[in-house]
Amino acid sequence: MAVQLEFLKGILYFSALDLAELESISKLVFEKTAGRAEMVLLEGEPPENLYFVASGVVKVLKTSAEGKEQILSIVRPGESFNDVPIFDGGPNPVSAQAMGPVLLYGIKKNDMEDILRDHPQIALNVIRVLARRVRHLVSLVEDLSFKHVISRVAKILFEHIGGETGRGPRLTQQEMAAMAGTAREVVGRSLKALEEEGAIKVDRHRIIITDKKALQKIMEVSS
Amino acid sequence: MPIIDTKKCDGCGLCVGVCHLNALAIVNNIITIIETVECDWCADCELVCPTGAISCPFEIILQEP
Repeated sequence: MAVQLEFLKGILYFSALDLAELESISKLVFEKTAGRAEMVLLEGEPPENLYFVASGVVKVLKTSAEGKEQILSIVRPGESFNDVPIFDGGPNPVSAQAMGPVLLYGIKKNDMEDILRDHPQIALNVIRVLARRVRHLVSLVEDLSFKHVISRVAKILFEHIGGETGRGPRLTQQEMAAMAGTAREVVGRSLKALEEEGAIKVDRHRIIITDKKALQKIMEVSS
Repeated sequence: MPIIDTKKCDGCGLCVGVCHLNALAIVNNIITIIETVECDWCADCELVCPTGAISCPFEIILQEP
């Protein structure tokens, strides 16, 4: 199936190009499909391709030696991933996993360098994409480094316990993130950490505080 | 089941693709839930929704010793 020029035009990277230029670039674009939970990129491997999500959703993540996962970003249709190693030549700094069936458009590293040389007007938009990424990551670094998010999340859970007779206010991870002044991705990891500490148990749509004292102890860590 | 704000839903269908239990479907350009399937509250649909139309709120309960 031919790569749709309209789709390429909608990608920020290429929005400054006319149809003839997009036509020449489209010849360098290949398709790649992946199923749910399939890894489409592995951390540490040499960079090969820049990817754009055509349909579906990809999560970009880092995994610790113990297997803990930190989501860095969610990539939706029209957005790119693996930009950084394509331009700096280093190994892939992150892994990427399909969250469902996905269709990706890929461009080989060398082809992308040729595209930049042949169409220098796209450089400004590439810089914009990279700058947004830096801004997002700086914000995530702040959350992960300086904020005792786990203790804040523990406090939020404690303050929103449902009463015996009625239900307490139900909270989404997004709402907890807003209350804790952090990103939703960090809340997900905090809930997992609290579960590992034995303070809570996540049972479908219920968060059960199984050890109130343990939760209170975590709350006491300065935030 | 997840709560869907039909005013915010633009029918993009990203949530349908990520639901591993196939519990979501698009009907008349709006996401709906197929109720015959048990949702396990992974909240991936909420995570990927670009318009904030889906929410998977948690009830917080204290387990008495």
